[in-house]
Amino acid sequence: MSGALLEVRNLESYYGPVLAIRGISLDVPEGAIVAVLGANGAGKTTLLKTISGVLTPEKGAVRFAGEPIARQEPDAIVRRGIVHVPEGREIFPLLSVAQNLAMGAYTRADRAVAADTVRVLDYFPVLLERMAQPAGTLSGGQQQMLAVARGLMARPKLMLLDEPSLGLSPMLVRAIFDVIRRIHQEQGISVLLVEQNAQLALEVADFGYVMETGRIVLDGPAEALKESRDIQEFYLGGSQHTARDDRRWKPRKSWR
Amino acid sequence: MDDLQLMVGGLANGCVYGLIALGFVLIYKATEQVNFAQGDMMMLGAFVAIGLGNESHAGLPFWLACIGAVTIMAGFGMAVERTLLRPLFGQSQIAVVILTIAFGFVLRFVAGAIWGHDPLVMDNPVAGTHVTFGQVVLGADEIAVIVVTLLLTGLLFLFFARTKLGIAMQAASQNQLAAYYMGIPVKRIHGLTWMLAGATAAAAGILFAAKGSVDPSAGLLGIKAFAAAVIGGFGSLPGALLGGLIIGLVEPFAARYIAAGYAQIAPYSVLILVLIFRPHGLFAQVRGKKL
Repeated sequence: MSGALLEVRNLESYYGPVLAIRGISLDVPEGAIVAVLGANGAGKTTLLKTISGVLTPEKGAVRFAGEPIARQEPDAIVRRGIVHVPEGREIFPLLSVAQNLAMGAYTRADRAVAADTVRVLDYFPVLLERMAQPAGTLSGGQQQMLAVARGLMARPKLMLLDEPSLGLSPMLVRAIFDVIRRIHQEQGISVLLVEQNAQLALEVADFGYVMETGRIVLDGPAEALKESRDIQEFYLGGSQHTARDDRRWKPRKSWR
Repeated sequence: MDDLQLMVGGLANGCVYGLIALGFVLIYKATEQVNFAQGDMMMLGAFVAIGLGNESHAGLPFWLACIGAVTIMAGFGMAVERTLLRPLFGQSQIAVVILTIAFGFVLRFVAGAIWGHDPLVMDNPVAGTHVTFGQVVLGADEIAVIVVTLLLTGLLFLFFARTKLGIAMQAASQNQLAAYYMGIPVKRIHGLTWMLAGATAAAAGILFAAKGSVDPSAGLLGIKAFAAAVIGGFGSLPGALLGGLIIGLVEPFAARYIAAGYAQIAPYSVLILVLIFRPHGLFAQVRGKKL
């Protein structure tokens, strides 16, 4: 257990009355992009919420840079350098874009915030011309960009990205993923990326986990996962159509 | 000339309504809760100031009594949040509404038990002095009330619009979950908001008790202040003050020009008219939120 920036061990967590994650263990090594794939309701968002402290785990441990962080308050976890960019553009609708960004740096008291704002806006030039506008009046794609930019303002070591592609046009999805790659390369920020779009996620990620009904059913380097028959079939829409005509049985996932 | 005097008197009254309305709006803006005990907190602030400052009580100098009352009520607001509101964290809004209404009753009876049910006036340096402009004679207390209120509203407005803490308070109410994600300590922010609301209530109470008299049921004018906050758009600080001023102005003129008995209806008629023609208040933050 050495080296990984984030270590999750046997984590169990409820989402409302449902035990949504049932014993998850995963590692995010320093400087890596790790993807968590899975369908709706697999427990991906619950996993991120538990790591960022918004949900309290039932059992298990989360260690960040070697120190236990499970059951801490969310603001303490942000201060340690983990920022959660939630799915669905959870911005502050009535605050201006500039104020939203300032709130991203809420936990910081250093003087570099202004310089960081410039740096962050360099990734998202669209936001620059809308700084004074209420964030609720931005388009969906711009709100998603604002959410990522706001997260960067916390100067995280690890970014938890929840479905950044959700509800965006293919072109915007490209743009967001390009930025994620750039952030990772230029800032050296580690990323735990949750995605339904397996193809995209495995393109940027170094390592991947596949979640189903609260458990991890498959993991491996991104390259290997891309080659895996299960992933191709169930997440990438692989080419089974030729064999299908000859068979009466449905292909089964190898982990069942 | 009488009309001008009526106007200044109305404005001074309106300022007190406006300050209580500010308390409503502060708490609503930062926590999305409505504190129906805000009027009673004003009343309590007035009695604390009287208890500290009046000759018949502790007899401290006026300014010391003011600072003391504001500090005590700020602490009181924070304590109320910690002990009564925090256990309800995450519960429905109606639970908070009922709790604060009940709490208002408790404050009323407690104040009656401590300070009695007779109206008391706060001793103050400008009591009974007048300022004369030509033929117009204005009470110095009324002018002081107006000036202090404008200053306080301006300060609170700047606090919310400019400071990091003020913006964080707005952020916490607009999207609580996102506020958590950004590391904003939402519960502590709620406590600070109640502290601010307590201090504002004390300021309103001091002004109210200095220009008139206060008794334990004075908190009931919280209802007029609530109307003022709604007129202003419930969420806008300048709107709350404007709403208070409108109600304060309507009252004396209605009392003078409309038959007795109907005059008391006037402020609420204004409320209904505003709600019909500008359903989100005069300073609407949200336009046509569909729910």
